[in-house]
Amino acid sequence: MTVDAIVDRCRAIVGEPLGVVAERWKTAHPGGRAVASYPVWAPAEVIHAAGMLPLALLGGGTSVELTHADARFQSFVCSIAKSSLELGFQGLVRGVDGFVFSNICDVARNLAAIYKRNFPEAFVEYLHLPQNSTSPLVVGYLTDELRRLAGGIAGAFGLAVTDGALAKSIDTYNALRSRLRALYALRIADPEKLSTVELYLVLRAATLALPEESVDWLDTLLAALSVRTARRHDRMRVVVEGAFCEQPPLGLLEVLEEAGCYVVEDDLLLGWRWFSADVATDGDPFERLAAAYVNQAVPASTRHEGRQHRSAGLIEKVRRARADAVVFTPAKFCEPALFDYVLMKQGLERAGIPHLVVEFEEKMWTFERTRNEIETFVESMLFD
Amino acid sequence: MADAVTERQYQGRVHERSRQLMAAWMGELGRAEAEGVPTGALMISGNCVELLRACHVLPMFPEVTALQNAIRKKSLPLILKAEQVGYSSDNCAYVKADIGLFLDGGMGPGTPIPFPTITVCNYVGCNVYVKWFEHLADLSGSRLFVLDVPFVRTAEPNPADVRYVVSQLEELIGLCESITGRKFDIDYLREILAHAARAEAGYARCKHLTRHHPAPFDAYFDSINMMGPINVLRGTPEAAHFFDEAVTEFEGLVSQKLGPLSQERFRTVVEGPPPYPYYKSFRNLFTRWGAVAVQSTYSTVGGIWEWGFRHDPRRPLESIAEQMLYENLTNRSITARYDQIRRYVEEWEADALVIHSIKSCRLFSAGQGDMRDYFTRELGVPTLLVESDLEDPRYYAEAQLRNRIDAFFEALEHRKLVGAAAS
Ligand code: SF4
Ligand code: SF4
Repeated sequence: MTVDAIVDRCRAIVGEPLGVVAERWKTAHPGGRAVASYPVWAPAEVIHAAGMLPLALLGGGTSVELTHADARFQSFVCSIAKSSLELGFQGLVRGVDGFVFSNICDVARNLAAIYKRNFPEAFVEYLHLPQNSTSPLVVGYLTDELRRLAGGIAGAFGLAVTDGALAKSIDTYNALRSRLRALYALRIADPEKLSTVELYLVLRAATLALPEESVDWLDTLLAALSVRTARRHDRMRVVVEGAFCEQPPLGLLEVLEEAGCYVVEDDLLLGWRWFSADVATDGDPFERLAAAYVNQAVPASTRHEGRQHRSAGLIEKVRRARADAVVFTPAKFCEPALFDYVLMKQGLERAGIPHLVVEFEEKMWTFERTRNEIETFVESMLFD
Repeated sequence: MADAVTERQYQGRVHERSRQLMAAWMGELGRAEAEGVPTGALMISGNCVELLRACHVLPMFPEVTALQNAIRKKSLPLILKAEQVGYSSDNCAYVKADIGLFLDGGMGPGTPIPFPTITVCNYVGCNVYVKWFEHLADLSGSRLFVLDVPFVRTAEPNPADVRYVVSQLEELIGLCESITGRKFDIDYLREILAHAARAEAGYARCKHLTRHHPAPFDAYFDSINMMGPINVLRGTPEAAHFFDEAVTEFEGLVSQKLGPLSQERFRTVVEGPPPYPYYKSFRNLFTRWGAVAVQSTYSTVGGIWEWGFRHDPRRPLESIAEQMLYENLTNRSITARYDQIRRYVEEWEADALVIHSIKSCRLFSAGQGDMRDYFTRELGVPTLLVESDLEDPRYYAEAQLRNRIDAFFEALEHRKLVGAAAS
């Protein structure tokens, strides 16, 4: 299969409502269940180990008109929260049996409870992921929290998460993440071979399928990419930072590259690439996963990391990806991204790394202004 | 509108004593640097102020500084200063006012607001807290300790959560010892907790007194006089004594059937923080209708004491952990808040719910449209939702607010008249 064919297939899946994806899988797996996680990270391994289909709840994108949710959430709330709620009101997640949220921000926190109130038939779980990376009990705490999720799944669906099954799921997700890391490494090496839109579609499609299946087609994709040829243009290498939750429209990603950039690193769908290395393969699997969260998670705006300054991870990313600049892409009204922008910007300035801010909303549909801003930025860099 | 309602111009001892106590604390803070007293920044919500006291660390609360600047109408230039360095107009303005104060030279060495020696982020519900204190620690260079308090997400208290918080409290004690060079004394903490429990009992008693008709004080606008002592000064004998006096004073008002207004025509429950830059103007919009808040959620951000929880000197660290986890508004879900409000409406016999939606504070506000839906449609409680901000004066539109509030109370009055005629 060619790269284009794989990407086209991904594009088609990504365009479908989440409920349709869930129902199709359940038809093929009678008695099966599907559980979707809101960004940024959720222990998909635990959901998978229960024999369910783990999915990502990523809002309504450009396709869903808000007819109910904007009466529930005010105008100053980000779009992904509203459109994710709207999906429920419009029946577009019918077929998804459960939803997992976590403490990424105050909006997501309230959204979880409001989901539960409005859709009482669904399993809704709220995880408190630790905002402390160094205290002695933190790994133990998170281990308990992951077990609590497993207990909730058992209670709601009668599906047990055994240690053996979880160990296997961890292996499977390790395999998936290694493929995704390989794709990212490939893009750093040869950005002309894989555009950001393509990479994003591939990643997003991987959030809509069983990981073992994704591993197979990602291997095919990696093989196809190794022989793909493309001409390298004279473009600026940039890191995109800030779109870890609300999904930027494809048009925005396209414009970034068309206007003269190669995106060589980003934080898109960060939760699906959460660990900087494989989760350990030995010992209590719940504890291993918890320890990986505490000690091996990538820097993220929604997780406090006491051992590192907010800008350190970003600067390291810039260096590792041999990027020339950073394009901040906070979603409109996204407090974690907007707050971090300040400390990150100060860090970049100290390190002499140029940056630009481009705010977005999932429903944004005209990109001309953005194109101009990026073009101007690129030109200013070239003449520097 | 019927006969004009006036404020009784009652300020009483509660208001005055509160001011004196808070001013004394601010004075101590202003002298801390010169006197070499270590300071510790804390957040209001579900805080562990008793522990800092027991560790001989003088607590400071950036939220209080921010709200005081807003009340004194000084917040906007500070907010703008922060926006100039990159903070977004969509970020919580409390944080911006605090950072702006530093940029403006009003915080730091040689100023009345010292840099904290230690920055203790009691992460109790509000995710912005983590950001705020990361930024504060970054600019002040002080040591940051994030005390991770798991959000309430199970029906029953979870012993593992309590253990996790207690272990972090122990870690914090060690950190304070290393900063102050003084050994922690658990008996001293017990003493402090006994003072705290007395203040809590007094505050709870005051809040129960507003069940009377008329309520002796406005549980939204006047509660602010008690929120300083309960959230900031809790654990001091002065705060405990303050509440003893407050109870006596309010009981006196109850026995004389006196409320804050010349007439109590509507009893409301108010949800959300107040617009500090326009505190008085906002209050007036309700006063003219004879609307008195008999309960408010904002007065419980630091702790919900009216349902019986008290710090327990016999279980010092555990009871601190339990309070941080379970006994405050901010660490509970928004729908748990619906239940809290529902109890207020029923048990305090309120006529209506007023939701003041705050742009800055998504912890409070995100989803309040759903709250309105629940109260109006499912419970049939007349509900008004108005929007402004607690710190940023740019979001306060008086004419618009007045129209909404007038229309609401007119309708409520009509409803009352129709109800009275029918019965
Ligand atoms: S986009 Fe930002 S504010 Fe909105 S839910 Fe996601 S993290 Fe929270
Ligand atoms: S978001 Fe709300 S609770 Fe949090 S710091 Fe701002 S005003 Fe306070």
